[in-house]
Amino acid sequence: MSTVSDTEVDDVVDTNAPAEDVEIEEPEAQDSDVERAAKHTPSAIPLRVEGLRKEFGGIVAVDEASFEITEGTLTGLIGPNGAGKSTTFNCITGVHEPTAGQVQFNGEDITGLSPDRIANRGLVRTFQIARELEEMTVMENMMLAPKGQRGESLWRSVLPFVRRSVSEQEEEILERCWEMLEFFEIDHLADEYAGNLSGGQRKLLELARALLTEPTVLLLDEPFAGVNPSLEERLLGHIHDLRDDGYTFLIVEHDMDLIMQNCERVIVMHQGRVLTEGPPAEIKRNEDVIEAYLGGEVE
Amino acid sequence: MSGAEQSADDRGTLAAVWEQDAVKLTALVSGLFAAYVVGGLLLSYGLRQQLNELAQLSFFIAVFAMLALALNLHWGYTGLFNIGVIGFMGIGIYTTAILSKGATLTEPAAGTTGGFGLPLWIGIIGGVVAAGLFGGLVALPALRLRADYFAIVTVGLSEVVRFTLLEQSLQQGQVLGYWVGLGGGSGLLLDFDPVDRLLGAFGLLESYTRFSERTGEAIGIGSNPKPVFDGILYGLVLLVFLVGFYVLLTRVGSSPYGRVLKAIREDEDATKALGKDTDRFKIKAFVIGCALMGLGGILLYASQGAITPNAFRPRITFFVWIALIIGGAGSNTGSVMGGAIFAAVLYQGPIFFSNVIEGSFEIDAVNTFAQAVGPLAAADPVPLLAYTVDNIGQLRFVIMGLVLIYLMHNRPEGILGHRKETASTIPLGRRRAKTGGSPPATDGGEENRGVDGE
Repeated sequence: MSTVSDTEVDDVVDTNAPAEDVEIEEPEAQDSDVERAAKHTPSAIPLRVEGLRKEFGGIVAVDEASFEITEGTLTGLIGPNGAGKSTTFNCITGVHEPTAGQVQFNGEDITGLSPDRIANRGLVRTFQIARELEEMTVMENMMLAPKGQRGESLWRSVLPFVRRSVSEQEEEILERCWEMLEFFEIDHLADEYAGNLSGGQRKLLELARALLTEPTVLLLDEPFAGVNPSLEERLLGHIHDLRDDGYTFLIVEHDMDLIMQNCERVIVMHQGRVLTEGPPAEIKRNEDVIEAYLGGEVE
Repeated sequence: MSGAEQSADDRGTLAAVWEQDAVKLTALVSGLFAAYVVGGLLLSYGLRQQLNELAQLSFFIAVFAMLALALNLHWGYTGLFNIGVIGFMGIGIYTTAILSKGATLTEPAAGTTGGFGLPLWIGIIGGVVAAGLFGGLVALPALRLRADYFAIVTVGLSEVVRFTLLEQSLQQGQVLGYWVGLGGGSGLLLDFDPVDRLLGAFGLLESYTRFSERTGEAIGIGSNPKPVFDGILYGLVLLVFLVGFYVLLTRVGSSPYGRVLKAIREDEDATKALGKDTDRFKIKAFVIGCALMGLGGILLYASQGAITPNAFRPRITFFVWIALIIGGAGSNTGSVMGGAIFAAVLYQGPIFFSNVIEGSFEIDAVNTFAQAVGPLAAADPVPLLAYTVDNIGQLRFVIMGLVLIYLMHNRPEGILGHRKETASTIPLGRRRAKTGGSPPATDGGEENRGVDGE
């Protein structure tokens, strides 16, 4: 599978499509997206979850969940409150260690690895409540993210002559950060403390920051919660653009309509289990899903 | 008109100069020294006393500023709640003492003990390394704990250190033929004079002694002028160390490494999610900070002639915390300012102030609280004031408490708590604009905002 390189990110910046294009996207356009994805049938499965189980004391939060995410798609993970979506996310990204089951990323077993190792392999998450580093500026937040920074070694940062090589690399990183901020149209906020941003701006910053780690798969935990409609459109536009560039997304979201209109595949969780999965049109007609959302008992 | 512009410009430049933290720091320290000189003049101090006073002031300013800087690396940058500062200081000076005290190969007299007789600089390096290693030992298990439990571990360990120093069975013993030990409750005599050793290392001791005698005579500071010059020299040496601390920690802070530390302080989970191995960063930062605290302890006690375990009570930990809180956690310049203000105003200040009062007014001694309060009935507050001034040494702690309460209510972020010291080796300003010229960031921002708003 191809990894997304810097140059591709640069292309994104250059072709920087005006936000209006995204805003006037009609339902037909999304349908054609779905069709294209269906025809395309990419073979690569970057993320595979098998028999994932997580217990907290006597409570089974995730019960034998299994699913696959296809490369270059936008997959939605939905379910009523307490369905185990966030716990599943936490098990995939190493925040929790699963009680049983396996998580495979690009064919390798990553079950139980620490969150930083998983992130370094290219599987990066954002948080339900945007976790900004509040008393750092937006630019400092961005500069933190890139991998393989020489200056993260203490002695290189301190010793007089080696420090120059750190500065050189930082110049490059700074340039990338500016491009990314411009792509997300938040470059005017660069000197602002992250704590002063609005909810929507934080979500943009968090996505921008996550992208700087050069991920291949992004897990977004409720990226649209607390975001105003116009920013939501922008965020969606960015996600679609990035998907078209080969990034893979798994999105947890409460808003059914949003998921149905934007994702190629939808996974529905209920009471810790994967209830069903399939294209949005199928999910909409599924009796079990309707029942789960209306609070009825399944089985 | 051009004149008006000119003066406005000047004011702008002045404000810009004042904006620089280094300028504020210099102004503050000069102000404190000036105040002490004025106080000395009020007391009609002779030159000798004046010099002693200033040497002591720079000693305490440097020590507390160094310790506050080290603590700032833990708390201000990494968010590690270390309230065991004194423990690391104690390990530093005790290790130095054991390594560098004069060697004794026969059993020494009761109440004394020897060392390994190594050169002082080896002892100092040994002390710093020991404090750092001990920090690493604490860090490995403790860093996984939540902040408050981590704090409890550190304060507990600093007390473990003190009780170990008091331990009878470790008082004295034979290691590799040398009679060494922790000295128990009676502590250790430090039979090395850091100033003499330093000068001796450069072969300057004799000429220094001659110089101090001649100069002492010339400026008239009485007989035996060497201790005065020793004090001044040691104060200057400590200021050099302080500059070293400051440069080192500023470089650490303004780097990608410091950026990760700041991120850990803000949100460790989010930092992990960005692929940073936060445990490794925390352990390194903790060990470096502990080693620097060890060095601070060595520099504080090496010139005291003797150390006893009870000097290593948690009190000093809290002094360092007060200094850091005054200056502003998260700012290196603020830490130095906090150390300076703490040393000059809260630590040395009250005693100096009461000396000035006592020297300026003829006050009868008031010995008991009853004698002090009694005359209040006759609307005579002088005895109470006299009593207060007399007991200012104890009242210092009350004053420190009041200052802390005031700060927590009115300026919890400290003097320089803005945390604006950029965590990068390069300025993070807008890069050179592609379209020529360099519009200020805010202007560009406004434009963008306008487009967004539509």
